[in-house]
Amino acid sequence: MSAVRCVDVCKTYRQGDEDIHALDHVSIEIANGGFVCLSAPSGGGKTTLLNAIGGLDVPDSGEIYIDEQRIDNLNKGELAALRLQKIGFVFQAFNLIPVLSARENVEFVMQVQGVAADKRRSLAMSILDEVGLGGLEERRPAEMSGGQQQRVAVARAIVSRPALVLADEPTANLDSKTSDELMELFTELNTHHRTTFIIATHDRRVMSYAKRLIKMLDGRIVDDIAQA
Amino acid sequence: MRILIKLAWRNLFRNHRRTLIMLSAITVGVWAMIFMTAMTQGMVSQMVHDGISVIPGHVQARNPNYGDDPTVNNLLPVPDSGIAGRLEGRGFSSWSTRLSVPAVISSERESRGVTLLGIDPEREADFTFVDLETIDGRYLEGVSDQGVLIGAKLLERLKTRLGNRIVLMSQTPDNDIADRGFRIVGVFNAKVELWEETWVLTGKETLQTMLGVPDQVTEAIVFGDNYRQVDEVADSVGDVFDNSVSVQRWTELDRYLGTMLEVMDGFTLVWVVVIFLALSFGLVNTLVMAVFERVREIGLMLALGMRPSSILGQIVIESMLLLIIGLALGNVLAWLSVSAFPDGIDVSIVAKGMEMMGASSILMLDLRLQDVVLANSVVLILGFLASLSPAWRASRYDPIEAIHKVD
Repeated sequence: MSAVRCVDVCKTYRQGDEDIHALDHVSIEIANGGFVCLSAPSGGGKTTLLNAIGGLDVPDSGEIYIDEQRIDNLNKGELAALRLQKIGFVFQAFNLIPVLSARENVEFVMQVQGVAADKRRSLAMSILDEVGLGGLEERRPAEMSGGQQQRVAVARAIVSRPALVLADEPTANLDSKTSDELMELFTELNTHHRTTFIIATHDRRVMSYAKRLIKMLDGRIVDDIAQA
Repeated sequence: MRILIKLAWRNLFRNHRRTLIMLSAITVGVWAMIFMTAMTQGMVSQMVHDGISVIPGHVQARNPNYGDDPTVNNLLPVPDSGIAGRLEGRGFSSWSTRLSVPAVISSERESRGVTLLGIDPEREADFTFVDLETIDGRYLEGVSDQGVLIGAKLLERLKTRLGNRIVLMSQTPDNDIADRGFRIVGVFNAKVELWEETWVLTGKETLQTMLGVPDQVTEAIVFGDNYRQVDEVADSVGDVFDNSVSVQRWTELDRYLGTMLEVMDGFTLVWVVVIFLALSFGLVNTLVMAVFERVREIGLMLALGMRPSSILGQIVIESMLLLIIGLALGNVLAWLSVSAFPDGIDVSIVAKGMEMMGASSILMLDLRLQDVVLANSVVLILGFLASLSPAWRASRYDPIEAIHKVD
């Protein structure tokens, strides 16, 4: 079963008098447990595709399936529920809620899902330990480094075992050492939990970790490479 | 829900200075609402209380024809012992009967029109408008007292003195002139100068004899427990008199006073709403700023799957928490302020003006539960409505645009 399937997806933006084809008849299928990098220069369409797959943006045409459930025709509330239950997000920056501690940030999604407090706390502590943040659970985002914040965001993204984790330029604000650590963490989680990762990036170091590299240009897929 | 409350609470103290300024504004606003309402209600309560002591009574029973022809031809038999027993049996310990007629009073030098009251001095001592503590001379000693008690101002107008004789002239049921000489046995002071000029008091039986109307009175006056709840008293008095009399409430007997009470009750609501409207600008501004500063955070929460309704709820809860804390502080401050003036506030600097309104120069504060409830309800309900706009705006953000918003 595929984790993600896009069929002939199009998305056009109007910029002044010009139509920008952010997604131009994109069709891809990503299997469960996949570790995929979407690579494109700026404006190539990778973030638009990621947002469309995450239900944050609605395509003009085409079909998108997550776990074989069609999502492009869902309303805002249904999309919110889908994101809550099935998708974990890691954004480039501003990933955490500043007034919550690391543990509370990790618990946030579970709390919205309605998971019991004891279970929530135990899962959050365990996942924070797994991402190497044991002992920093009660720190607020402002008291952590950029790398630590991204780790908290990753912990939050995977703690409720979503089918899919979408990461948009997750290493853009990190130094190379921290970037490597984060990618190793992604790889480990992908291997151990079989969580599907789709990472939008233009960082070659990040691409080197992916099992599959999808290259985009001007809203079209121009290359789809399986990597060792 | 708990996560919404937690987020709202923590966000509230994210910008301490702004929150404290807004809290101060709400606290002072709520204090002003409650304290000023207590002052207004205290003044009204005092004016009504004083007014009722002149009318007097919460309700009066009269001859049914007295309304059309208020003369001594339409009097009421003095309630017999059965009626008196029933009045007291229903808990109306403050009641009395009066004979009240227009009269002309003449001293050796001046004459003036007055209202001559034949009263039962013992019964009226409980509620009389006469300041019993400062009477020059003596108070009336019984229903057959043949002296008169006049106001200090009238004494001055008549250019006479305590102990001198005056002549009072009125009309009998046969349209004859009834007149009689009285000795001034006491000179009273009252809160309102006009009352000192208008009323002349003597024993009820003395006046009945002078007018030739033995055992008859113009009105039976009855006090209940609360001047605001007179309908039950009126019904009860009607029953006691077997509905053979016309029963009138004080609001009908003194329409100015009754209307003023209604106007002041309405004014209280207007006052509370006006203060809140001023506050609401600050509240909405605070919320708009709070939302504006957290656009990306709100976008993140939406992206993670929080429903727009939960975002709306979070902002509204934040507003409600701010209001509840402000209300608590404002209520405590108002209660402390009112408690600090147990004997009222001396406003003698504007005593003349107060007297013209029928109020005394000591302003008593009347903190009523319903006024506190009104102020709190207005703040909470209107505060809730005021917070809906910024909350709605926040809930409608597009998560992608919000997350990528640049400061």
